[in-house]
Amino acid sequence: MAYSDKVIDHYNNPRNVGQMDKGSSEVGTGLVGAPECGDVMRLQIKVNPDTQVIEDAKFKTFGCGSAIASSSLATEWVKGKTVEEAMQIKNTDIVKELALPPVKIHCSVLAEDAIRAAIGDWKKKNGVEAAAGTPVSATIG
Amino acid sequence: MSAVENLTTKQNGTHKGVKLPIYMDNHATSPMDPRVLEAMLPYFTQIFGNAASRNHSFGWEAEQAVEKAREQIAKLIGATAKEIIFTSGATESNNLAIKGIAEMYKERGNHIITQVTEHKAVLDTCKRLEKQGYRVTYLPVNADGLIELEDLKRAMDDKTILVTIMFANNEIGVIQPIAEIGKLCHERGVIFHTDAVQAVGKVPVDVNALNIDVLSLTAHKIYGPKGVGALYVRRRNPRVQISAQIDGGGHERGMRSGTLNVAGIVGLGKACELAREEMATEAERLRKMRDHLKAKLESNLDYVHVNGSMEHHLPGNLNMSFVYVEGESLLMGINDIAVSSGSACTSATLEPSYVLKALGLGDDVAHSSIRFGLGRFNTDAEVDYVADKVIDIVQKLRELSPLYEMVKEGIDLSKIQWEAH
Repeated sequence: MAYSDKVIDHYNNPRNVGQMDKGSSEVGTGLVGAPECGDVMRLQIKVNPDTQVIEDAKFKTFGCGSAIASSSLATEWVKGKTVEEAMQIKNTDIVKELALPPVKIHCSVLAEDAIRAAIGDWKKKNGVEAAAGTPVSATIG
Repeated sequence: MSAVENLTTKQNGTHKGVKLPIYMDNHATSPMDPRVLEAMLPYFTQIFGNAASRNHSFGWEAEQAVEKAREQIAKLIGATAKEIIFTSGATESNNLAIKGIAEMYKERGNHIITQVTEHKAVLDTCKRLEKQGYRVTYLPVNADGLIELEDLKRAMDDKTILVTIMFANNEIGVIQPIAEIGKLCHERGVIFHTDAVQAVGKVPVDVNALNIDVLSLTAHKIYGPKGVGALYVRRRNPRVQISAQIDGGGHERGMRSGTLNVAGIVGLGKACELAREEMATEAERLRKMRDHLKAKLESNLDYVHVNGSMEHHLPGNLNMSFVYVEGESLLMGINDIAVSSGSACTSATLEPSYVLKALGLGDDVAHSSIRFGLGRFNTDAEVDYVADKVIDIVQKLRELSPLYEMVKEGIDLSKIQWEAH
């Protein structure tokens, strides 16, 4: 398996690793994937309530190098964007940026799902109507 | 695609006297022993004759070399030279054994027994026979990776013609109860074939003591060349017959036509001779290194899981799951070490190892597995380097793992409703 330089860079120096307070109303959390499938991503965003700008993002990922790189890149891209702008990020953009081979496209799909799930969680917390088709986060229960 | 480079070629050099990259994947293949190469060299340009040429010295010399190799192989497994058939490798040996016996004994019965953790060369051969009307029983294995003899007994009926059970598993290194299986087969008059690719040269194998009728082996797992293997076929008590699967000039007593790969066969013979002479000391050395690796990993990391019985185990094998870390990401971090993973991401099918799943391991644990395959040329310093590196990368990846964090916080992962995709 060959990896692009960008995947290797994100793997060696993952951006924005960590977690934020799930309970905060400003924080949206997306937990997507499943351990049995070999990848789980948790992506969190912190949204400025006045401007709806994503001021911070954190992630943790269980998965292959491409999954780690996809989620690391996703945190970089959502930062500074408004929630609506972040909703426009497409998995194909991630594929292109990281030069992911076909067998790794599902990693980019998962990253897109993670962004949408985090935004969905934030919207739910703040009484904003979630768009149809928004992926839901895994639930602890 | 942007500049893509292969990670495995990147990390060349040395570290504290250890030459990188380190090869620790000896179940996949092994480097050739220089002594084997030396034995083979004259047979390319000088002694190049066709071993089937009966009319001149070129042929006689080649034939002599082949017969010597037959002796060397036979001696390693307690057989006689006449019982050794040369093939292109273990995949061919397994195909020839299973298909050849099924065809030869079809009047007697149509039932074959195997088990679920066999190599694909056995499983897929059995599947093909099923399509042709044969009945195949796939025995399960227990959590240790071993078949239950009671299951085997129960599966045998008056139509059973063949039992094919591997000697040692290529992923988890688990050694099946071969002597007991052989005894059962002989009591019932059933032919016993074993794929002994991972066992021959690593642990003592005696076809008579173990009641083995047919046995597959290959050169490249025992520091010999690729592309040459052998099939042991018992000649007495009972005499086993096999229908040829390749027709032609009637070489190898008609069981396998085709001009013999003389240089390769010489290499296989030499590899067997070396294995016989050095097995005892080598096994002891590998066992010590393997145990050290295991102990070091277990004492420095939590949530590690050894896959397969350690009691019935090849000396050079360690298969371990580093739970909450995905196998391919771990391989990426230890890119100066050549090992294998049971992770789906490392396979063409995106399915995790069927062997690990057969042990009853969850897919998540299978995804986290690494197979270490120690061999003749590994050193103590390499083992320490590998242990340190694996510990370091597993710790780093667990810092990145939401699962590890959740478990540490006391969350029961099995209670989470994951959104499978």
